[in-house]
Amino acid sequence: MNLLLEGVPRSALILLALFFAALIAAPMVLNDYLIVVLITILYFAYAGQCWNIMMGFAGQLSLGHALYIGLGAYVTAALYVKFGVSPWIGLLPALVIAGAVGAVIGFLAFRFGVSGVYFAILTIAFAEFARIGFDHFPWVGGAAGYFLPVANYTQNDFFNLRGSQTMFYYILLAMTVLAFVLCHLLLRSRAGYYWLAIRESPEAAEALGINIFRYKMYAVVLSAALTSLGGVIFAFFYNNLFPEQVFHISRSIELILGPIIGGIGTLFGPVVGAFLLTGLAEGLREVMLRLGIDLPGVKQVFYGICLLCVVMFLPEGVWPPLKKKLGLDRDTGKKGS
Amino acid sequence: MALLEVSGISKSFSGLKAVQNVSFEVPEGKIVGLIGPNGAGKTTCFNMIAGVYKPDTGTVMLNGARIDGRRPDEICKAGIGRTFQIVKPFAGLSVLDNVVVGALNAAASVSEARQKADEVLEILGLASKRLQAASTLTLPDRKRLEVARALATRPKLLLLDEVMAGLRPTEIDQMVRVLLDLNKRGLTILLIEHVMRAVMALSGNVIVLHHGELISRGTPDQIAKDPKVLECYLGEEAL
Repeated sequence: MNLLLEGVPRSALILLALFFAALIAAPMVLNDYLIVVLITILYFAYAGQCWNIMMGFAGQLSLGHALYIGLGAYVTAALYVKFGVSPWIGLLPALVIAGAVGAVIGFLAFRFGVSGVYFAILTIAFAEFARIGFDHFPWVGGAAGYFLPVANYTQNDFFNLRGSQTMFYYILLAMTVLAFVLCHLLLRSRAGYYWLAIRESPEAAEALGINIFRYKMYAVVLSAALTSLGGVIFAFFYNNLFPEQVFHISRSIELILGPIIGGIGTLFGPVVGAFLLTGLAEGLREVMLRLGIDLPGVKQVFYGICLLCVVMFLPEGVWPPLKKKLGLDRDTGKKGS
Repeated sequence: MALLEVSGISKSFSGLKAVQNVSFEVPEGKIVGLIGPNGAGKTTCFNMIAGVYKPDTGTVMLNGARIDGRRPDEICKAGIGRTFQIVKPFAGLSVLDNVVVGALNAAASVSEARQKADEVLEILGLASKRLQAASTLTLPDRKRLEVARALATRPKLLLLDEVMAGLRPTEIDQMVRVLLDLNKRGLTILLIEHVMRAVMALSGNVIVLHHGELISRGTPDQIAKDPKVLECYLGEEAL
């Protein structure tokens, strides 16, 4: 508890508690549509938080995180449909497989000195391998897609992740909170310090006794494994999986917009970014609907404009200046508080 | 047996012989200066000792154990701390966190590392700036931060690469005092330096490199009178 709360301003705690309480109470007052919006937001907040471990903390840019989402989704869905394995058990092999694939990518890159843009390209390449591979993998439906049985559930079957939106909402909320707390603790640990050091200057980090290969591997494996859990929820919430969708690069990009707009390397960045992006995009959709305008691709254009504005006016993301406004910047000056 | 024994190390960069067959020792508890004109191969020597480059020939021994060809982090763990001539602060982190990263090398926990970091910041006179982002520091302060970070790893041997450059005379004297004090407490130091005032005040022994070769060694007084050194580096007017 000491490690968890030490040095956190009281005002931040109060704000966080209020925010959390509002999120817990939300399903009681919101309609189904708004709950789905919140589910989308939490999904992006969770996945963004996982991506942030790799890019925001350790400075390794992945543009292929859809790979891990897809692996988590396909592994648990296949185990459930074919063998009746509960996703709560199926997520263990999903974690291992996603972590192992992350380890392979990390090993190839870091062993042979692939970094920066080239590393990012490598991550795209692997996601594309998976997309094309699963397109030709008939055991899980190939390009025609893979489907989970859908029925009208009168009761929530928590063990098999079959049930109402509200159930998914609370599971995702718990996952997002746990990922947040985990990242907070990681940043205060040896690994967290080492990651930030590697991000800022690999040469200096190495000269200070840090095995940069090992710690970069930790970041990639942890980020990959945790991201796959997002895929589990994705599969069981949407009940259908198409390689062209889950592994597509646009999914990977969508996933990292939140943390970029919220603030890379900060704890709140992915959360703030997810709320801003998805919230505004859905709001925009609603407005367009009311006005009777039907323009396909308007969401993508909107994302583009958001990204452009942030890059131009708030290069550190929305969160750092917002934190200052809220008077929450009484920390050690370390990015990521 | 000296703490650091460098024997016959050479390094070429695609045909350019940066360092040729250089040998020297750094005895435990001493301060040794490494001087020479620009491009003499001083930093290349440092990088071979610190593990950035593997020497083409020769060996580097620390406490009797070979360390040449090992990775920089292994060499740091073995007890050599180093600074960079072109400073490499962790710009986005606070001054304190910069030093905490170094202190974690020898500390069992983050809280122990923070304590150690605070001590080191006090020694280097950076305590009042501990919460500032490292990117906001002036160059002299960044140089101090380099020393603080390397020192926090608790090295037996500290390699200092031009930490006086850019400092004002009073700041140089202050840094000299700090280094002498650390040396008195048992720290062995090998320093590359162009500021003669500091080299003369600190070093028990001086090694001179020129065109990648060792051309002279001795006490500061002997070096200052060596015609070979005067010709290539110190200049006639030093006579």
